[in-house]
Amino acid sequence: MSRLLQRLLGRLPIGWLQLTHNRMRFAAALVGVAFANVLVFVQLGIMNSMGTAVLKPYSFFQADVMISAADANGLTDGGNVARQWMLQALADPDVTDGMGLIIGNTPWDRPDIDISLTTFGVDPAKPGFLAPEIAAEAHLLQVRDAALIDRLARGIRRDEAASIRPQSPLRFETQGRTLTAYSTFAGGGGFGGDGYMIVSDQTFLSLLPSRRSTAPDHILLKLRPGADVPAVVARLHRLISDPGLRIRSYANAAQEELTYQQTKRPTGVIFGFGVLIGVLVGLVIVYQVLSSDVADHLREYATFKAMGYGPGFFFGIVLEEALILGVLGFLPGVTIGASILTLMGKVTTLPLAVTPGMAVTVFVGTVVFSALSGAIATRRLAAADPADLF
Amino acid sequence: MDPSPIVEIAGLNHWFGKDAARKQALFDISLQLKRGSFTVLMGPSGSGKTTLLTLIGCLRAVQDGQLLLLGHELRGADNATLVRMRRQLGFIFQAHNLHESLTARQNVMVGAQVHPAVPDDLASRAAEHLLGLVGLAERVDYLPANLSGGQKQRVAVARALVGGPALLLADEPTAALDKDSAAEVIDLFRRLGAARGMTTLLVTHDNRILDRADRILTLEDGRIVADETRRGH
Ligand SMILES: Nc1ncnc2c1ncn2[C@@H]1O[C@H](COP(=O)(O)OP(=O)(O)OP(=O)(O)O)[C@@H](O)[C@H]1O
Ligand SMILES: [Mg+2]
Repeated sequence: MSRLLQRLLGRLPIGWLQLTHNRMRFAAALVGVAFANVLVFVQLGIMNSMGTAVLKPYSFFQADVMISAADANGLTDGGNVARQWMLQALADPDVTDGMGLIIGNTPWDRPDIDISLTTFGVDPAKPGFLAPEIAAEAHLLQVRDAALIDRLARGIRRDEAASIRPQSPLRFETQGRTLTAYSTFAGGGGFGGDGYMIVSDQTFLSLLPSRRSTAPDHILLKLRPGADVPAVVARLHRLISDPGLRIRSYANAAQEELTYQQTKRPTGVIFGFGVLIGVLVGLVIVYQVLSSDVADHLREYATFKAMGYGPGFFFGIVLEEALILGVLGFLPGVTIGASILTLMGKVTTLPLAVTPGMAVTVFVGTVVFSALSGAIATRRLAAADPADLF
Repeated sequence: MDPSPIVEIAGLNHWFGKDAARKQALFDISLQLKRGSFTVLMGPSGSGKTTLLTLIGCLRAVQDGQLLLLGHELRGADNATLVRMRRQLGFIFQAHNLHESLTARQNVMVGAQVHPAVPDDLASRAAEHLLGLVGLAERVDYLPANLSGGQKQRVAVARALVGGPALLLADEPTAALDKDSAAEVIDLFRRLGAARGMTTLLVTHDNRILDRADRILTLEDGRIVADETRRGH
């Protein structure tokens, strides 16, 4: 390592020699940086998976425009939309089709665990609004009390889910009715529920009799191919006389919910704050180590100054130390961070993992912030006055 | 050899502190140091010896008067110039000031590599050579913690000499050493200095060194009160 650095730097690796001279302190510093890294990885991992989980249900459907209630910050949030607006929207020449989407929660008391499935009521006669995997099974929903269930839901064994087929359906009791799952699709547990279920709007209304087909949660619209989505959205705003409704392109609706969850909801803010804390912890640790290291070597630095070394030399040493701490702290940080996320992912069935993008971001961040700490720590070098050596 | 003096000082004054606390440490110093000479600077504590040494050594800014080092005017010189000038000098301090994390060899290499573009292998060989000359051939890869006081000061001598300085400045380099080690160290840079045509200016109270000096300057209360040139050297 020393030789490698000597090659890289083209001079004695003084920073490395200085850092490793006190092994205990060096180890403690690396543990500190690694800890900060782990903190950031776990928080980022959770934030990331939150993003994936938030966007997941949007992937079950295909639409161009979504009309929602004024207070609907997300798919499973807010009031209803009167079905009449769908008919109004269909008056626009570019709007080719519409479907009401009803959403509710279905509790399912399983033998070992009670779970809750976020349930979507759709029109089985309009498979065009469903993602291909689901659309292919939509015909099964024509039967009363039929359901498609989430094979990745929490509390459902993988082998049990795998055996669900139209020939060997799974029957289960909920809300006093017997539902029959004829097939499955890939969803996954999120932060709001344990998984998803898709039924026909008819079945949905019999499960939750308080809901009305005239007031779905959202209205999905399909546009003529090649239609200018923003222009249609603008026209729909004029066409639909209820000014409180949120009319957005489907993609925007998903993006807005993501932003809302990550920046407005306490959970999102807390995790974002966790990342900040991790960065600060790392910054402070590296700064502490480097500035006390500089303070401990003021005499040596003053001697080097007397010998004719300029400010760049000292800056180089401190930067060298900062980069060593950053890089060597990152390696255990990413390993431990990835292990913790994998473990948490197993327990929660959330999509928790260190992605390559995350690893690169955290690595670059660690190196940049370490260098920044080092740069701040070099201010102490001014105290090394060679005239005081005599 | 270049006949011009290596150091030319005329009317040099120096003050410490500001306003009411301002106190003059050097008064109207004028002197010249011949190339290759070995000069001892003596005087009671507080007489200004160290102050004069740090001014010549480019470690303090010249406030008043003329100070030419190797023909360069130091008064008004900017910091970068002072840093560059220092590379022509060798310093030996009362304390060895070795870097605890670097071996003897590495400490000496730092002295060699202050000159830009001295490759590692060359610096390493030069360090080994110098350490051999100061009698530490067996200890080149020891850390300072594993060397005695005298050995550490010898490493410091090697570090000061490895860059081939034109002028060696030493401030009581033997004060922290016992008699034998002190004699060894003094012998060393008398011998090595003479071999290299190096000029030496050394602050000391050590009588054995006085015997070997070409010239003895005495400072009192910031003024030169005696300047004795010895014959036979
Ligand atoms: N950094 C400083 N700030 C203020 N006054 C100083 C400073 N350095 C030296 N002095 C003063 O300048 C005068 C000369 O000090 P200097 O250190 O040059 O003496 P010296 O001859 O080297 O003494 P010693 O033999 O004790 O080392 C003294 O009165 C001292 O108090
Ligand atoms: Mg002194």
